[in-house]
Amino acid sequence: MTERKGNQGSKGDKGDREKDTGQTVASSSNSTSSNNTSSNSTSSSDKTTDRQRLTAEGLTLAYDRRTVAENLSVTIPDHSFTVIVGPNACGKSTLLRALSRMLKPTAGSVLLDGEVIGSLPAKKVARTLGLLPQSSIAPDGITVADLVARGRYPHQGLLRQWSETDERIVQESMAATGVAELGDRFVDELSGGQRQRVWIAMAIAQQTPLLLLDEPTTYLDIQHQIDVLDLCAQLHEEQGRTLVAVLHDLNHAARYATHLIAMRGGEIVAEGAPEEIVTAELVERVFGLRCQVIDDPETGTPLVIPAARQSRKAAEVADAAEAADEPLAAAATES
Amino acid sequence: MNASKRTTSKASGVTLRTGGLSLRLDVRGAVVGLLLLAVALAMSVVLIGTGDFPMAPADVLNTLAGNGTMAQDFIVHDLRLPRVLVGLLVGAALGLAGAVFQSISRNPLGSPDVIGFGQGSAAGALTVIVLFQGNPTEVAAGAICGGLLTGVGVYALAWRRGIHGYRLVLVGIGATAMLAAVNGYLLTKADLPDATRAVVWLTGSLNGRDWSQVWPLACVCAVLLPVVLGQARALRMLEMGDDSAYALGVRVERTRLVLMFAGVLLTASATAAAGPVSFVALVAPQLARRLTRSAGPNLLPAAWMGAALLVTADWSAQRAFGADQLPVGALTAMLGGGYLLWLLVTERKAGRI
Repeated sequence: MTERKGNQGSKGDKGDREKDTGQTVASSSNSTSSNNTSSNSTSSSDKTTDRQRLTAEGLTLAYDRRTVAENLSVTIPDHSFTVIVGPNACGKSTLLRALSRMLKPTAGSVLLDGEVIGSLPAKKVARTLGLLPQSSIAPDGITVADLVARGRYPHQGLLRQWSETDERIVQESMAATGVAELGDRFVDELSGGQRQRVWIAMAIAQQTPLLLLDEPTTYLDIQHQIDVLDLCAQLHEEQGRTLVAVLHDLNHAARYATHLIAMRGGEIVAEGAPEEIVTAELVERVFGLRCQVIDDPETGTPLVIPAARQSRKAAEVADAAEAADEPLAAAATES
Repeated sequence: MNASKRTTSKASGVTLRTGGLSLRLDVRGAVVGLLLLAVALAMSVVLIGTGDFPMAPADVLNTLAGNGTMAQDFIVHDLRLPRVLVGLLVGAALGLAGAVFQSISRNPLGSPDVIGFGQGSAAGALTVIVLFQGNPTEVAAGAICGGLLTGVGVYALAWRRGIHGYRLVLVGIGATAMLAAVNGYLLTKADLPDATRAVVWLTGSLNGRDWSQVWPLACVCAVLLPVVLGQARALRMLEMGDDSAYALGVRVERTRLVLMFAGVLLTASATAAAGPVSFVALVAPQLARRLTRSAGPNLLPAAWMGAALLVTADWSAQRAFGADQLPVGALTAMLGGGYLLWLLVTERKAGRI
C-alpha cells in the first residue's frame, strides 16, 4: 500500500504531462533506466537494490506428469520490453504462466520484489503484476466501460467500490487504447482487434508496473498486430512499465523487444538485445529453420528471411550426404 | 458534504462517495430486485388468503399483525404462513443457488437441478424413506447428505486443474442420469405405502409444511446469503475466465469452493424442505438477468425472482386445481421444461452446444 501512495504522489507532479495516462510507477517520470528508482518504490527490503523485480530460479514446470521445463532460471530486466520467442510447445507460455503465478512450479520459485510470489496476498500481487491471458471470456451483455472497469478490482474493497481515481484511470486507459468512444457498446459486438484493445485497456487499468502478455497479437490481422505492439511499446516507453510478452512472429519480436529470450525444449537458448543475439545460427538452432538475417530497412533491427524452399532442400540433401559419409559425426550432432 | 453522485455509463449506475468511502449501486438492478421482492411478498399475502377458507388480503395483513379472530389466527399462523414461508425460502434458496452455479459454470444450463444436486438430494431422501422408513426429520437429513455427497462427487469428477464450465455441466448431467436410475431402483424396491410417500416427496410439494421445516431452512439461508453475497465481487471476476480472475487477484479455487459449497447446501436444504422442486434454479437467474439487463451473476434479483416464482406457481396450482391437488413441483416442471427446450434451441443456435 505504501508504495502506491508514494507513487501517486509523484504522479501528481507530472499531472500536466501531455500524455499522462495515469501510470503509477514512480520511475516513469524519468526516462533513464536506473534500477534505484524501482527499488525505492518497492520499499520492502534492501536486498532488492541489485535485484530485478521479477526473477525465477531453478523452475521445474509441469502439467500433471508432463514436465515442460527443468531447472529454468530467468531474470526480467526492470523497465524492459522483454519478448519470449520459441517454437510451439517450447514452454514459453508455460514460463509466462509461472511468472504470473498461474502455474505453481513443482520446484524452484518465482520471486517478485524478492519474495516468493505464491506466498504474497493475491490482491497485492495483482497491484504489482498484471497479465493479459491468451483467452478471456467477456461475460454476456457486458459493456466496454464495465469490462475495463473490472481491471480496478485489485484496488477495490467492500467499502471502496468505485473511487474517483478508479473512474479517472478507467477513462485514461480507454483513451490510451483508443476505445474511449466504444464505452457504451457491448463487447460481443466488437471486432477482434477492438476486443483485444478492450482487454488491453482492462490490463492497463489495473495499473501494474509489470505487465505480462500471452500472445497478444494472435488472431489479429497485420495492421491490428502492429497497433497492439505499438501500444505496448508506448506503455513501455512513456510509462516506464516492464512488459513481458510471448510473441510468435520473430520479426515483430526483434523490432519491438529491448530484451529477447529465445527458448527451445524448455530451455533458454539465448537472451539479450535482439541486435546482439538474433543470427542465422540462432534461428536455425531454435526453430530448425535455415534463413538469412538482414537489417530491417525500416528500423535496422534484425530481419529474419527464411531460406527459399529449393535451397533448404539442397541443404538437406547435402546434409544427408555428409551424414552418410560420416555416420559417427552425424550421430554426435543429431543427439 | 463531499458526497457526490455520478453516473459513469448507462449500465453502471450511481456511485456514492464520502471521503475514502465509495459505494456503487446498480440502480436498475436494485429497483428490479425490490420490485421482485414486493411481488413475492404480495403473492404471499394472496396465497395465505387462498384455500377452502378464503380471506381478503386486508384480513390476512390484519391477522399477521395480530388482530385477527381465533379462527383466522389459527388458519394463518398454524396452517398457511409456514407453507408460504417455506415456499418463499425454497424459491429464494434455489434462485440464489442457480445464479451461483450458472455463474461458476459460465453456462445457463449449469444449474443445480440440471447437474444432479436435486437428484442427489432425492436419492438421499429416498434411501431414508425406502430402506429405513425414516420420519420426516430423518428424510430431510437424508436429502441434505445426499445433496452434499453428490456435490463432492461431481466436484471431484469434474476437477482437472480447476473446474471448467462444460466439464462441470457434462459430469453433472451424467450424475443426474445415474442418480435417477438409483431413484428408480429404490422406488421399485419400496412397499406400496413407502412408494406413495416417496413419489409425493419426489414431485416437490408445499402441502402440509409447518414451522419445523421453516426454521432450519431460514437458518441456512440466514448464514449462507451473506457468505454468497460476500463473494459476489469475486464471482463477477470469475466470469471472465480463471486466468483473468487470477490476474486480478482473485483466489480462484478458494472462491469457487466456498461458493459451490454454499450453493450445494442451499439446494440440499431447499430440497429437504420441499422436495426437488425442479427448474426454479434454472429459470430464476435467467429471468432476473433479463429484467436487470446487467452482466454478472445478479444474485439478489435471482433469489427474489425464485421466491416470487415459487409462490406464484403454488398459488396458480391451487387456483386451477384446488388446494393440495397439484403439487407445486409438477407445475414448475411443466413451465420449466418449456423453458429448457427454448434454452437448448437458442444455445444450439448460438453454437455453444
